[in-house]
Amino acid sequence: METIIKNTITDKLIAGFTASKNTLFGDGILREQAMESFSKLGVPGRKSEEYKYVNMEQALKGDLAAASPKPISEGQLNSLKVIGNAIVLVIINGRFSAEHTKFNNNIKGLQVMDIAEASGNAVFQKHYAKYADINSDPFVALNTAMATGGVFMHVEKGTVIERPVHIIHISSSSESMIIHPRNLIVLEENAQATVIESFVTVDASAKVFSNALTELFIDASAILQHYKIQEENENGYLVNTTQALQKKQSVFSTNNFTLSGSLVRNNLNIVLDDEQIETHLNGLYLTKGNQSVDNHTLVDHRKPNCNSNELYKGIIEEKSTATFNGKIYVRKDAQKTNAFQSNKNILLSDDGTINTKPQLEIYADDVKCSHGTSTGKLDEDKIFYLRARGLSEASAKKLLMHAFASEVVEHIKIDELRDYVEAKITARFA
Amino acid sequence: MLSIKNLHASIDGKEILKGINLEIKAGEVHAIMGPNGSGKSTLSSVLAGREEYEVTEGSVTFNGKDLLELAPEDRAREGVFLAFQYPVEIPGVSNINFLKTAINEIRAYRGETPMEAKDFLAMVKEKQKLVELDGKLANRSVNEGFSGGEKKRNEIFQMAMLQPKLAILDETDSGLDIDALRIVAGGVNKLKTKENATVVITHYQRLLDYIVPDFVHILYNGKIVRSGGKELALELEEKGYDFIKAEIGA
Repeated sequence: METIIKNTITDKLIAGFTASKNTLFGDGILREQAMESFSKLGVPGRKSEEYKYVNMEQALKGDLAAASPKPISEGQLNSLKVIGNAIVLVIINGRFSAEHTKFNNNIKGLQVMDIAEASGNAVFQKHYAKYADINSDPFVALNTAMATGGVFMHVEKGTVIERPVHIIHISSSSESMIIHPRNLIVLEENAQATVIESFVTVDASAKVFSNALTELFIDASAILQHYKIQEENENGYLVNTTQALQKKQSVFSTNNFTLSGSLVRNNLNIVLDDEQIETHLNGLYLTKGNQSVDNHTLVDHRKPNCNSNELYKGIIEEKSTATFNGKIYVRKDAQKTNAFQSNKNILLSDDGTINTKPQLEIYADDVKCSHGTSTGKLDEDKIFYLRARGLSEASAKKLLMHAFASEVVEHIKIDELRDYVEAKITARFA
Repeated sequence: MLSIKNLHASIDGKEILKGINLEIKAGEVHAIMGPNGSGKSTLSSVLAGREEYEVTEGSVTFNGKDLLELAPEDRAREGVFLAFQYPVEIPGVSNINFLKTAINEIRAYRGETPMEAKDFLAMVKEKQKLVELDGKLANRSVNEGFSGGEKKRNEIFQMAMLQPKLAILDETDSGLDIDALRIVAGGVNKLKTKENATVVITHYQRLLDYIVPDFVHILYNGKIVRSGGKELALELEEKGYDFIKAEIGA
């Protein structure tokens, strides 16, 4: 029975590709290969080790139309802007919106364009689909086959982009739909940039399944600050793959905030492909209702003398489910690696579920690696202490949840963005 | 102000307090002394409203109200303050923010408007001087990374901010060196008025050199076995707790 359902869903997606492939940008051969890989891998079922805690078959069942464009108003867009001086790039239903993107490429050393228009660009050709492996994951394969648009961003050697780049992914539909936004961000040697990716639903009155993929190439000594703010509504289903490759002495900090959405699966894969690389991964997920949030992270230490530091925290309410799976590979060559990982959860209800699995695979012998995980309720002694000073039990809990979250929030280096996330958390626990 | 009558309390089915009687009036300082395990900390926990303790008999009246009926926060709002023996560290919650929330919730309970930010900050400045608390500590997370002495000073700082009617100092002297002890005691003395009362719970007489009590009570095996003036503490210091044990034939 399971096989039949699975085949049906996979077949449906293959049929979607066959119907639309002639309209898609770029390399047709790559797309065919990706689809072939997808048809082999198929939609992962509950027996799949990598996807056992998120019900992808459920999320993908039923009719899912191919993405169609949908206009949104300037007013709606303005309400999604968070940072005053940001370069705002808009993707609606997997397509780059030239209409809403006001940036006119007037910053030296920075090129930004619709990825669907980038096929002739040499930098694009050098990097596109080189890091996210179509044979490793069905959603990478599916996105590579089906991608309709997104952002291609290129920061030239030695260029420091002061203004944050805010990529807003909008899902908007009144009928069930599947979309495949695709981004490629390339930082050349010594370049610096800050990129915020936000994921929102606007006028989404039916299920929108977004299979979004961003590839990041961070060349030697480049510094990339990366944020993901995920706040789709209950019709939002999001599989969000971030595939990063770091070169020598580069610094990559990525901070993921999952604030809402029916289902969110993050695949964050970072390859440390040279020496003296620094990597920071922080995540916060606040789940409630029947929400399911699954963070899979992979830090792949391939060369010596690199540092990675990972902190993921979650507050789980009501019947929601949160999953954290953190893999760290330290390969044989990667001596003198420092790799740390911590996952902490607060479970506020008896009906909520947290699955946490740290996975360290270490093949080098001179390394410092550690991982820790904890799941608990709010500390009664702390609640009592605050109540003994006159705070109501509700205020005391609110303050403690805020404090728990702040350990992640304080990693946000942009004041406006930090205030925005703070306000969301405050509203959530009000 | 506080009237404790025949108070019995237990934890996990084990009776710790076995009939406490105590009357405290405004303007008084009472010391409750006793050996380890006599029930000193249980008494302070029961008064502050810790839920693990079950009151099985007796009553506690605070300014005419049944204290035992009130939630911990309402006891604080009525004017009871407990300086903890072991103040907890609360990373991520700033001392100042939490005190501001506390003060405004207390004011709301009393039907008063929230305090102006300017007045609040002026008060913080004034009160932290009282216990020589570094301004940096006041702005840090509650007790996080504080030394033992800093934690106790922070308790008295909070007491100064909240201006309670009844302050219960639970083993505030434990773990303090002589300088910290002097600062903490000095703070308590400066906060003393005719309208408020202080209960000092301690194992040792040492603190009472600095906070001079009007009354001393000896707690032993869940009961107050002797009460007297400040000279009782000196007698106890001289003879040790064994003399009480011998006297009551324990």
